[in-house]
Amino acid sequence: MSIGTAGLPASSKAYKIFLTIAKYIILSFASFLSVVPIVVCLITAFKTPEEYAKTSVMTLPQNWLYFDNFVTAWSKAHMTTALMNTGIILVCVLFGSILFSSMLAYVLNRFKFHGNTVIRNLFLFATLIPGIATQVTVYQIMFSFGLIDSIVGYIILLLGSDVISIYIFLQFFENLSESLDESAILDGCTYFGVFFKILLPLTKPAIVTVMILKGVATYNEYYMAQLYLQTKPLRTVVSTSLYVFTGPMGNQYNYICAGVILTIIPALIVFILCQKQIYNGLGAGSVKG
Amino acid sequence: MSTAESSVIHKWKRWRRGSGGQKTLVGITFLLAPLILLFIFTYLPFFKMFQFSFFDMRYIGKRIYVGFENYIEVFSRDDIFGSLKLSFYYMAGAIVQLCLALFFATLLSFKIKGSAFFKGAIFFPFLVCGIAVGFVFKFFFTPGFVLDTMLSWIGFDMEKLPYWLQNIKINNIALVCTSVWRYLGQNMVLFIGAIMSVDPNMYEAAEIDGANQWHKFFYIILPSIKTIVLLNLILSISGSLSAFEAPFVITKGSFGTATYFVMMDRMAHQSQKVGLASAMAVVLLMIIFIATIGQKLLFRYVFKEDDNGSGMSGRSLKSAENHRAAANRKGNKV
Repeated sequence: MSIGTAGLPASSKAYKIFLTIAKYIILSFASFLSVVPIVVCLITAFKTPEEYAKTSVMTLPQNWLYFDNFVTAWSKAHMTTALMNTGIILVCVLFGSILFSSMLAYVLNRFKFHGNTVIRNLFLFATLIPGIATQVTVYQIMFSFGLIDSIVGYIILLLGSDVISIYIFLQFFENLSESLDESAILDGCTYFGVFFKILLPLTKPAIVTVMILKGVATYNEYYMAQLYLQTKPLRTVVSTSLYVFTGPMGNQYNYICAGVILTIIPALIVFILCQKQIYNGLGAGSVKG
Repeated sequence: MSTAESSVIHKWKRWRRGSGGQKTLVGITFLLAPLILLFIFTYLPFFKMFQFSFFDMRYIGKRIYVGFENYIEVFSRDDIFGSLKLSFYYMAGAIVQLCLALFFATLLSFKIKGSAFFKGAIFFPFLVCGIAVGFVFKFFFTPGFVLDTMLSWIGFDMEKLPYWLQNIKINNIALVCTSVWRYLGQNMVLFIGAIMSVDPNMYEAAEIDGANQWHKFFYIILPSIKTIVLLNLILSISGSLSAFEAPFVITKGSFGTATYFVMMDRMAHQSQKVGLASAMAVVLLMIIFIATIGQKLLFRYVFKEDDNGSGMSGRSLKSAENHRAAANRKGNKV
């Protein structure tokens, strides 16, 4: 009754071993394909210009301590500015996004008032409009506010296109017992106090999820960054920093690869440190896509 | 200060301290910023998009009302409407990606040595950002470089290999592959979370009944995570209509790789035909709506179960949240 191949009975030992080996081979092959484009960049980043010109891209560099490419890439791509800008943007976007969406979720979840359902539906309908479709008019609006080429404008824009965080907080507040608020109110706490002192600290898991989701999205965001942050050296961010290599430098891959590795390192460090949170956070958020 | 004025102030103070007044104040302050942002960045652009689509205009300068001319142009210009055909490549890619993600998620959900490494390796491309992806793959596909070298190891003649990004017969497939490379891991992680929420007792019971791995997959895992798989299928098929990242960062839409969105971006920001680009956006929005509704109806018809088709937003958000909560609890061991 087995669907097994090669006429082996499903329960036989040989078949099980065969399956296990097949599993490992398939997974190793998939992992190989996943990392190979990046590993080749790493190899190339350590090659001297002569080595890069003469050897095949797949041969290993002679000297793994040759860092000149990284130094050049760092200064050409204005990495210091890029990292600082990305840092500022991340902090502001995460802070604002957590504050706004938790406040909104608190009011919608705890207060019964006319218009509660209307506001919920407004946000629900917003999830149905693909953000990408409204890009053209968003640009026009940013333009009329004079927010093009401004980091503040970019931060506001990222805060404005944020519905996932609201849903994560709404979900979370639904599972927080209202008796907490009631007893605090009876003890003389204000509604502001209830929110900031009692409820917000309890939403830590939701905060972590939002930080991961919003953090990854902000760090990876390229389209809006290249559109709205135009003065390149001054307002460059990590995801657009390598833009300088397009054009005349477009085939000096020893420098470009070093640049690529530089932009990957921060992501890699964060990934290694908070793997579990990232996996769980993405699981929560991609439901909305 | 007059008595009337002071009594107004007094009343205001009492109201502010009272429960009702406090609630109103907190409500207004807390709602204000998010609602303003929602209005400015979602609804205002949404309505302006319809308005602009009837004008011949740039970002600055005079606007001329042209009626439906922009729409006629969208449907009659082959380089615009034809670019929608490229979506089929991305749709196929999305389906392949979901199948692979489901496959790897299943493999990694059972006990296996080194699963953390495999999971990490397959997931990591998702964290490579922006233009770096573009360079990684320009380098990867350059004739005689990474891909060609690897293919020559397994016996291909390097001289006869095509130009992956320039040959219009295959460049879109190459781009779709890069998109699968980048997003496969994200899908996989999501599915692993969902599979973790399956009650492990069910596997044991099935094993006693003599079920093998395939049975476990088709009769236990797949039915349990059906909702989340379908939701992702709908999202990624609709998403492939607005696919843009791979062509945008790797080829800039050259050699026939410009998807609909890349064309829209070109119209809006290079040619500055804002009206035309808005009309394109409206058409895209309509197509996405129709595709999403169509898929939901189709799935409802196919599965005849009401938790698949209708009420997608509310209910499956909830069920997915449960999946996640369960995954949080159990998945920590993985």
